[in-house]
Amino acid sequence: MVTAITFYILAAVLVTSGIMVVFSKNPVHSVLFLILAFFNAAGLFVLLGAEFVAMILVIVYVGAVAVMFLFVVMMLDINFAELRKGVMEYLWVGLLIGFILLLEMIFIVGGWNMTDGIATTITAATPPINEVTNTEAIGRILYTDNIFLFQLAGLILLVAMIGAIVLTHRKRDGVKKQNIGDQVRRRRDDAYEAIDVKPGSGI
Amino acid sequence: MGKYFDIFVGWFGYKLDPWALLTLGTIANILVVVLPVLLAVAMIVYVDRKVWAAIHLRKGPNIVGPFGLLQSFADGLKVFLKETIIPAGANKFLFLLAPALSLIFGLVGWAVMPFGEGMVISDLNVGILYLFAVSSLAVYGIIIAGWASNSRYAFLGAMRSAAQMVSYEVSIGFVLVCVLMCVGSLNLTDIVLAQKNVMFGVNGYFFSGLFPMFIIFFVSALAETNRTPFDLPEAEEEIVAGFQIEYSSMAMALFYLGEYAAIILMCGMMAILFFGGWLPPIDWAPLYAIPGIIWLLGKMAFFFFCFAWIKMSVPRYRYDQLMRLGWKVFLPVSLVWVVLTSGYLVYFGKLAG
Repeated sequence: MVTAITFYILAAVLVTSGIMVVFSKNPVHSVLFLILAFFNAAGLFVLLGAEFVAMILVIVYVGAVAVMFLFVVMMLDINFAELRKGVMEYLWVGLLIGFILLLEMIFIVGGWNMTDGIATTITAATPPINEVTNTEAIGRILYTDNIFLFQLAGLILLVAMIGAIVLTHRKRDGVKKQNIGDQVRRRRDDAYEAIDVKPGSGI
Repeated sequence: MGKYFDIFVGWFGYKLDPWALLTLGTIANILVVVLPVLLAVAMIVYVDRKVWAAIHLRKGPNIVGPFGLLQSFADGLKVFLKETIIPAGANKFLFLLAPALSLIFGLVGWAVMPFGEGMVISDLNVGILYLFAVSSLAVYGIIIAGWASNSRYAFLGAMRSAAQMVSYEVSIGFVLVCVLMCVGSLNLTDIVLAQKNVMFGVNGYFFSGLFPMFIIFFVSALAETNRTPFDLPEAEEEIVAGFQIEYSSMAMALFYLGEYAAIILMCGMMAILFFGGWLPPIDWAPLYAIPGIIWLLGKMAFFFFCFAWIKMSVPRYRYDQLMRLGWKVFLPVSLVWVVLTSGYLVYFGKLAG
């Protein structure tokens, strides 16, 4: 009973905050609602008994990704009233795309066929919950069963990351940067010079 | 959990229904941990000030109560009677939410902190991930405060804090991975028990190849809790107290409560991850006669002393130096250490589980 009540509270807040992400006037409020949505999703995972996924969701999305979102959104001075001006002009395009997507999803879900013996496949893939924690179960699937696919995904991400850095990095002239090696190597003679200046002559 | 639950069963008999008993038992458990934590915050502020005073060769708080012990309570009372000023341009709701968030995230981490074997509110089997998540959330109080204040100084503080937290979290994550690989479990109780007699009868991972990871964790903990030399978000001399600039009275006090609660939690994490938690420092039978919680609190007090000592001894990092240390020194070192540790464990067949 308590589980059901908790589920409905979490789900209701999740859906509401999801809607508020889209409809908030202020982009910062949108991001904060997004964070609330992440939290409630993590709560739902805990209810399912998937505590590892819940914690990773909080660490990765709330702790890192959403901080970056907030960072960027707070820095940008977006005038949303201006952006919303043309909303009625393009409304029909948006509705059309939405409708096409909806049709596609109906076709896919409607034409979905379960393979025979799906029940045995599902039960065979999951180790008993009281013997293996779900951290270990996920680790086994990712790092033992599908290690090559996992490594491949890692490589693709690495390439994407290097590509992004190469594309956005630019060298600027005249930027002063601290070079600790230079600082440490600097000796008294490099910086200090005693000159005997005669009166009235200057240097 | 069980112990206090039984006490409640004893008080009320079985007349209450089990859910009410469970709720009451949980609330009692939470109070048993949170009230001492809040009291500890008050006392640790006093200790902090006394340590700074000793380093400055002055006396520190010594007027209110014996040896000035009641100074923090006097300050709390004073702050409580002041007016909470909300700036005209501020976002009222978020402005007041921020200090509350800061305190909440400072306190919720204590839910998984084991004070002894079985002495824990919730013995999560992903306890360390929970602590990691909570410590990374502490930044929200600061970011929201900085933005909602509608002040440039506050905003600068918030931006610095966000960048700093994200940078140092990465190396903390790798340090945790090193420890987890040696233990083979994410449960904090298991982590402590695995440190029994690591080498030559010493309890604690600091006395092994993980010692460099302890140093990285210690420095990153300073950065995560915004302590000197990483107190850029509030840097008084540059951005006049940063994110706290618009706050007064209880709202400001809540920030301090949350900050110090997070600092004590970090000290506890260090004791549990590297110094064997409630185990005595040396695996020698007579030392086990002293209750484990005293060992744990002693270790936490020692780390807190180090925090206070560092605060008074080192100057503040510049922003680019902070970034360099996080990304160019700690990240590669901790990453290499993860590779070395896993290589060692696999080669010598010591991998747990």
